[in-house]
Parts: sequence; structure tokens; C-alpha cells
Amino acid sequence: MDTVANSQSTPKADGKDTTLIYRQSRWTRLTHWIWAFSLFFMLLSGLQIFNARPQLYVGKQSGFEFNNTILQIGAENTANGPRGFTEIFGHRFDTTGMLGWSGPPGQETPRAFPAWATIPSYYDLGTARVVHFFFAWILSTTLLVWLIASLINGHIRRDLAPRVSDLRKLPRDIVDHAKLRFHHTREYNTLQKMAYGGVLFVLLPLMIVTGLAMSPSMNSVLPWLNEILGGRQTARTIHFTVMVLLVLFFLIHILMILAAGPINELRSIITGWYRTDPPAKHAEPTERSA
Amino acid sequence: MAKFQISRRNFLTSASLGLSGIALSGCDVFDSGLGIGGGLRSFLENANGLTWRAQRLLAGRDALAPEFTEADIRQPQRPNGVTAPDDDTYKGLLSNNFADWRLEVSGLVEKPLSLTREQLQNMPSRTQITRHDCVEGWSCIAKWTGTPLSLVLDQAVVKPQARYVMFHCLDTIEQSLSGDIKYYGTIDLIDARHQQTILAYGLNGKPLPVENGAPLRVRVERQLGYKMPKYIYKIELVDSFANVGGGRGGYWEDNGYDWYGGI
Repeated sequence: MDTVANSQSTPKADGKDTTLIYRQSRWTRLTHWIWAFSLFFMLLSGLQIFNARPQLYVGKQSGFEFNNTILQIGAENTANGPRGFTEIFGHRFDTTGMLGWSGPPGQETPRAFPAWATIPSYYDLGTARVVHFFFAWILSTTLLVWLIASLINGHIRRDLAPRVSDLRKLPRDIVDHAKLRFHHTREYNTLQKMAYGGVLFVLLPLMIVTGLAMSPSMNSVLPWLNEILGGRQTARTIHFTVMVLLVLFFLIHILMILAAGPINELRSIITGWYRTDPPAKHAEPTERSA
Repeated sequence: MAKFQISRRNFLTSASLGLSGIALSGCDVFDSGLGIGGGLRSFLENANGLTWRAQRLLAGRDALAPEFTEADIRQPQRPNGVTAPDDDTYKGLLSNNFADWRLEVSGLVEKPLSLTREQLQNMPSRTQITRHDCVEGWSCIAKWTGTPLSLVLDQAVVKPQARYVMFHCLDTIEQSLSGDIKYYGTIDLIDARHQQTILAYGLNGKPLPVENGAPLRVRVERQLGYKMPKYIYKIELVDSFANVGGGRGGYWEDNGYDWYGGI
């Protein structure tokens, strides 16, 4: 394996023989951080854009005289003063202070997502659109660069493409993750492959496609796009849903890094070098050696 | 046990306050550079030009916005922005059903025009069922009837140096210290001559209602709603944005929206 040439053994004081290997290419590292940066700005400007119309619909248009709203964030006056609410599929939740009605004590305002979650912090749809589309270019360009680089340097084939053996390892992998028992190897484990592959090949492309589907000028170029997606308002709803999934991915990603060893994980995505587990004394036969 | 609960509550409260404090200051950080004319804002706005060129390249002059069927008209067209102009001029024109209203076509044209409603409605018309997309995110499908703008431009004979069509409107969108600001906006000649760009006087088979822009509004189907001024009384051909409001090409553009509202 080519990593053998790029590895160095470092006997540690406790006698355990761990190995630093060169795990992440510069393309992976660079694009990873550009995505992280871009997605931060796209999320916060996107929430600002959502605040301009804090409702999600299904279909070609928004129902004003009929009901096709599946999510709504708003504020209402009650006997206890103004309250924020979030309504999903007809189920209403009181989300005062977070969604619908928020702000410093005594200065609350009706707004779907709170000031700390939007760029700019005050209501400004025009500026949010400038920020959103700027980073949309950065994100999609970087995704394309990564795709080309990763096809050439073998990252996709070697590290991300799922194998039959991954499927076999899946139950064991789920148990390991649940017990926060991590194996530090050159290879991604099955759940990692699914998560990274899902983000890079499903969620981000879907985000770009549904973003374009909301554009009236792109609708004239690709009129079939909204027909596949179920209409412009459904595309907008998918765009929002994918955002939620990306935020969930981010939270789990951070949690896993903290649990698996933040120093080692951060080093590998900054410098490329990753410390792997010492080889087991009585190694079980693996697929590779079998 | 009780003591522990109090301290835990204190801990959670202070922790969440601390976290929201960090987040709050984090987002305020970006506010200062993002105002119109701000350095960061101006840099980020470069992407608007790229977005516009990319859409123009892909959509070209002729690609048509999707059109829908009668079955897709499920509700009245949702009115937005100014829905009942309070201007005396407008109310005067409305009081005798726009009999005294004229559409002026002026600026960089060989033959300035002054058209009555009847003259406009006697020209060839186009009817289209299209989806109106607001910049805020909502959509509404309706049937629009009007005179293709290209026919009006041909009649006025556009001078070669003209680059934009500016719409002058009767409705006051903002009252400022320096006087009332009436809505205004521009599109370029590619969109102005697009097959679906019509000066609409009919909506869903009836005369255009006041709330939707009577007597005349423009439909620019490959762009967002703020690019389709209502209550139009003058069309002026111009060669730049120099004399268009604040110089960015329209009322909302002067307030931070991108000039090309294609996405």
C-alpha cells in the first residue's frame, strides 16, 4: 500500500507501537476547510432568507387560499403576551425565545430564526442573498475541484467507495459507534463512508440542484427540473430539509471527533498525518490478508 | 440533592447565556461590513455579476419560462408591495377608470409615444399562465394578458445607444425626508424583448385589479417579482443607471437587492 512509504513508527513511552500515517491529501484537507467555512455562511444567510417567508409548502405554488403548508414558524398574541410557535404537519409547538419570537429580554421581536443564527443579525433579505450566492459559488466550485482531484488521486475509489466487506462490517460498526469504541485505521469505517459519501454525493448535490430549481431563470433552462422535484415550492422544502440533515451531520461529526480523539482527528484534517492504532498482537485474519 | 439541582440549573443557565453570548457576538461581527457600500459587501457583490452572466449564458435570449394550465390557477394572484396607492394622481386616474391615463414611451427612442389603454389593448396580445416567484420565497400561478413589450419598443423605434428599459410608476413606495419615492425599476433590452415580457392589463381573464398593479404592470417571467413594476405610466429608454434613483438600477436594488433577479 502506498501509505507504507508515507508512514513512520514512533515507539511511545508506554511501549505501544503506534504509527503516524499520511491519511488526508492536501486536496481533501483544503476543500474540507473551504466547505466548512462556506457552509457556515450559507447556513446563517440561508436562515435569514427563510425568515423572509417562514413557511414551507409542497407543490408548484404557495397556498394562500388553500392549505399546502407543512411547516410554519411564527408569532401570536396570547393571554400571556406574544409567543413564538413552530407548526409542523399541523402539530404546533411553543418555541418562544428560539423560533418565532426572540431577542434580548424586553426587546423580543417576531422573527422565525433568532438574531444569533442569521447573517446579518438584523432583518436584511438583500444582504443575505448576496452572502448566500457568493458562498454558493465557492461551495459548488470547491465540490467540483474535490471531485476531479479525488477521482485522479484515488480518494473516492480507495477511501469512499463502499465494498461488499463494508456491508458485512456494518452491524459490528454500529455497535462499536454506539459504545464509542473507535478503531484508528487508514481506512474509513462503514458508517464514515456512508456519512461522508452521503454528504458529498447526495446532500450537497441535492442542495445545489434544489437551489437552482428555485431560480426562475434556471427554470427556463431546465424546465424539467421542478417537474422531477415536484414543483418549485417542494424544491424549496427539500432545500430546507437538506439543510437540517447537514446540520445533523455536522453535530454528529463533531461528536464523533470529540469521542475518537480530537487532537489526532484535527491533526489529520490539518496536516494530513494520523496516528493509527498499534497492530493487535494476535491479529485476526482480515479481508486483506485472507 | 436540592442543592445540586440549583447549582445544575445555575450551571445550565450560565452556560447557555455564555454560549448565546458567543454566538450573538459572532454574528454581529459580520454586520458592520455588510451595509451597501461596505467593503465586505462590495467584494461579495462581485458574485452577483457572475451569477447574472452565468444565467444569461445558459438561458440565452429566448428560453421560455415554464407555462402552466388552467387547472394550476387555484387562487387569486397574491398582491404584494403597494396594493392601494394613496397618491392623488393615481386616485384621480382611478376615479374615471383610467380614461385619462396614458403610457408614455420616451428617452432614447426615435418616436416618443403616448398610448391610451384602448390603443394598447388593440395591439396584438399574449396570454400566458405563469408562476410568480417572490424574492421572499413564495410562488403563485396566474394567467396574465398583455401587450408584448417588444411591439411597443418597435413602434417607438429604440435608438442604438439605449441599453435599459426603465419603468416609472405611480405608487409611492417610500416616504423620505427629501420627498416621496415612487417605485422604479429597469430591465435590459434582452429581457425587454423576450417573448413572454408583456405589459399586462389582464389577470385571470379579468381587467388587472388595483392591488395587482392596474392599469398596467410588466411581466418579466424569468426574474423575481421585484423586477415587475406595477402602476406603470412611463417607459423610458436609458443608456445607464446614472439617472435611475440611487444608481443601482431600481428601487429595491438601491436597497440592496441584486439588479438581475433571476435567482
